[in-house]
Amino acid sequence: MATFKEFRNNVKPNWCPGCGDFSVQAAIQRAAANVGLEPEQLAVISGIGCSGRISGYINAYGLHGIHGRALPIAQGVKLANRDLTVVASGGDGDGFAIGMGHTVHAIRRNINMTYIVMDNQIYGLTKGQTSPRSSEGFKTKSTPEGAIETTLSPLEIALSAGATFVAQSFSSDLKQLTSLIEQGIQHEGFSLINVFSPCVTFNKVNTYDWFKENIVNLETVPDYDPSNRVMAMTKLMETNSMITGLIYQNKTKKSYENLVSGFREEPLVSQNLSLTESEFDKLVAEFR
Amino acid sequence: MINQLSWKIGGQQGEGVESTDRIFSTALNRLGYYLYGYRHFSSRIKGGHTNNKIRISTTPIRAISDDLDILVAFDQESIDFNAHELREGGVVVADAKFNPTIPEGTKATLFAVPITAIAEELGTSLMKNMVASGASWALLGLPLEVFNKAVEEEFGRKGPAIVEKNIEAVRRGAEYVLELAGGPLEEFKLEPADGKQKLFMIGNDAIALGALAAGCRIMSAYPITPASEIMEYLIKKLPKFGGTVVQTEDEIAAITMAIGSNYAGVRTMTASAGPGLSLMMEAIGLAGMTETPVVIVDTQRGGPSTGLPTKQEQSDIHALIYGTHGEIPKIVLSPSSIEECFYDTVQAFNLAEKYQVPVILATDLQLSLGKQSCEELDYNKIVIDRGNIATEIPDREDGSLFKRYELTESGVSSRALPGTKNGIHHVTGVEHDETGRPSESPVNRIHMMDKRLGKMDKIEVENPIHIQGSHEEPDLLIIGMGSTGGTIDQARVHLEAEGIKTSHMTVRLLHPFPVQEVLPHLQKAKNVVVLENNATGQLASLIKLNVGLHEKINSVLKYDGNPFLPSEVYSESKKVLSDGPSAQKLSEELV
Ligand SMILES: Cc1ncc(C[n+]2csc(CCOP(=O)(O)OP(=O)(O)O)c2C)c(N)n1
Ligand code: SF4
Repeated sequence: MATFKEFRNNVKPNWCPGCGDFSVQAAIQRAAANVGLEPEQLAVISGIGCSGRISGYINAYGLHGIHGRALPIAQGVKLANRDLTVVASGGDGDGFAIGMGHTVHAIRRNINMTYIVMDNQIYGLTKGQTSPRSSEGFKTKSTPEGAIETTLSPLEIALSAGATFVAQSFSSDLKQLTSLIEQGIQHEGFSLINVFSPCVTFNKVNTYDWFKENIVNLETVPDYDPSNRVMAMTKLMETNSMITGLIYQNKTKKSYENLVSGFREEPLVSQNLSLTESEFDKLVAEFR
Repeated sequence: MINQLSWKIGGQQGEGVESTDRIFSTALNRLGYYLYGYRHFSSRIKGGHTNNKIRISTTPIRAISDDLDILVAFDQESIDFNAHELREGGVVVADAKFNPTIPEGTKATLFAVPITAIAEELGTSLMKNMVASGASWALLGLPLEVFNKAVEEEFGRKGPAIVEKNIEAVRRGAEYVLELAGGPLEEFKLEPADGKQKLFMIGNDAIALGALAAGCRIMSAYPITPASEIMEYLIKKLPKFGGTVVQTEDEIAAITMAIGSNYAGVRTMTASAGPGLSLMMEAIGLAGMTETPVVIVDTQRGGPSTGLPTKQEQSDIHALIYGTHGEIPKIVLSPSSIEECFYDTVQAFNLAEKYQVPVILATDLQLSLGKQSCEELDYNKIVIDRGNIATEIPDREDGSLFKRYELTESGVSSRALPGTKNGIHHVTGVEHDETGRPSESPVNRIHMMDKRLGKMDKIEVENPIHIQGSHEEPDLLIIGMGSTGGTIDQARVHLEAEGIKTSHMTVRLLHPFPVQEVLPHLQKAKNVVVLENNATGQLASLIKLNVGLHEKINSVLKYDGNPFLPSEVYSESKKVLSDGPSAQKLSEELV
């Protein structure tokens, strides 16, 4: 069985020292080892942004695609080979701005895969513009007088869209983050994990200290029940989504692959492609 | 006796025009006639004039006719709209319900048949289609038993009572019209056909069937006219072969999902029309850059923007060839018949994997939706070539990555599918080295650009052009693509009959342009006409760009939404021969 070291490659990330994304990389590597994967059984599909580089920093199959489209690419990979563990990842701009349409529909589709968002409330790679996750009033390069658009609450949206697994974590809490990624991978269906992953270069407001002060770990909330969707929604609204831990999980809904008609246990990629002559003749005869 | 005839049914959309056409043509097909259909419709579901025209022949035909022999009309609008097409001596069969009249000067005979009344008498006005097609059938003097067989096939699963009722509707329609006409019309008596039932399908059916035969097991797509039938067919069939169709949230998701599953090793395609293709452009660049095979069908329709969504056009050519930023290798195929829609789809999947490039299969609305008789499809011609996929990869002691983008003579490198041991590598749309790792090194950049683009010089496609009527030195060479082929052929025969040596070239490979094949034909021809359904002469400019000989090339353009008629091709060609070079915009003359 592979250890987390086998999920490391010798590439030095080009993230700024202190960037929250380092912990996300480490957590994926640990979680992959903890659930018993071999490197070739994992495919990491990422978007474009500082965070999107993550697929190049893990020793696994990796695809770094185009801005906002990690999710449809990842869903295609999983449908082709359901034996693979598929993780999609990217930034809050990638997933909640340009790619928001795909995020909602990937949630609805509920293909068995995990989506990890590195949420730094800003655009890192393009050097500091506002993101849909920026707080109102937040001053950035593109909002010099402060952001005036409403901050998006992707986890509330996820619950409304029928998400079967919703979690949130924080880069500083490697233990919790690793455990949530493991649970996400093991969940049957689409798992969304939003990670507060501070941008130390362009976001001087939502810093490590700021998060430490403002977030509540759900483990400390008595009687919190992650199988209760209404409770999950209420908690997100009450706390302005400043909570970490497993927020909601529906263990009864089947994943897309297990609902789609005719889909087999054997991955499509290993199936025989040829039609027999009699199969072909039958298909052709329908046009006579 | 005649050997061909044109029939048209017109009415309001949703009123049974489609089903009348279907049942009438199914019965004709049983007798072995060759059929070529054309649908005039708009993007409304109910209401609005719609008509379907069929050309019936004892020999293969691939074009609509200039005129019309029989018009069946469910309303006055259908008569007013289509009467000008009727030839002298033609016939109108109209529903007596609306007291039909034919426009002054129309030299046709009107038979008012109580179509709705008979149907209602038998229980439901829905049976109008049966009364109307029965009447048409009887006028042609064709055997009623054959028609009844077709009715049994259509309604058999609904039980014998329903079949009986419909057969009765057919009989009543036939009886009524024969009484009016005094028996079957002698001048509409068709020579008997060969009795062999032909395949009868639309281009989209052939593409979908081709995809299935090629081993395509996932389709991700977003509905659009005139592409949707491809996904609708595969939605029915793929589950039987373990595969699936995903109706995505948009075309960007459709193409990127297809890229994802092709990367993971399953043949996957998407299909759309102009608006969807525009949305896919960035992702097509990703496929080119990451050398990921993918097959994309573009069923061209009237553009720009929403344009004429239910009308014929061939105006995406430049967008398909040039429409992504930067420079990538890519193949654009243009099938020109139903049979080619099938075989080219199989070929598209093979080319995509052999050269590891995106392949676009460009049809046009008339080819995608016009229902036609089709030659038998040959199982033995279906070959699946998956290209270079590494299965057993030896262990590398040094822990280095698999060289997915290894520089090779052919420019094609071995693919390791995710899941393969020792095959781990990186894939990115960022410029990368042989292992897929990002690299900005100028030397690497040149190597990788040359690797990818160099594939374009090596691409081999079966029959990149077709030539019909080969002359050593033709007076005229007519060049077309897609659905215009049959129309050009017909005009060619007329021109030949007048002693004008005419050749016809169909361009089937739009990109990389088959210069070596095309050039000699242009050199030999005295005059060249490039005929296309767009306003700017995109095929003509492609030929000029690649082949030169600008002074010889004349454009004949039609962009009013309708396919060329054989008579138009004939007269425009004659004009070019008499007036010399100039761009002929047919659509302007029609206004
Ligand atoms: C279609 C397209 N538009 C714009 C860009 C430029 N761009 C690259 S990353 C990015 C946003 C990055 O922000 P985020 O997704 O939050 O990731 P981060 O860099 O913060 O990790 C933008 C706008 C692009 N690459 N592609
Ligand atoms: S700019 Fe911000 S998000 Fe990007 S690497 Fe630096 S710290 Fe991380």
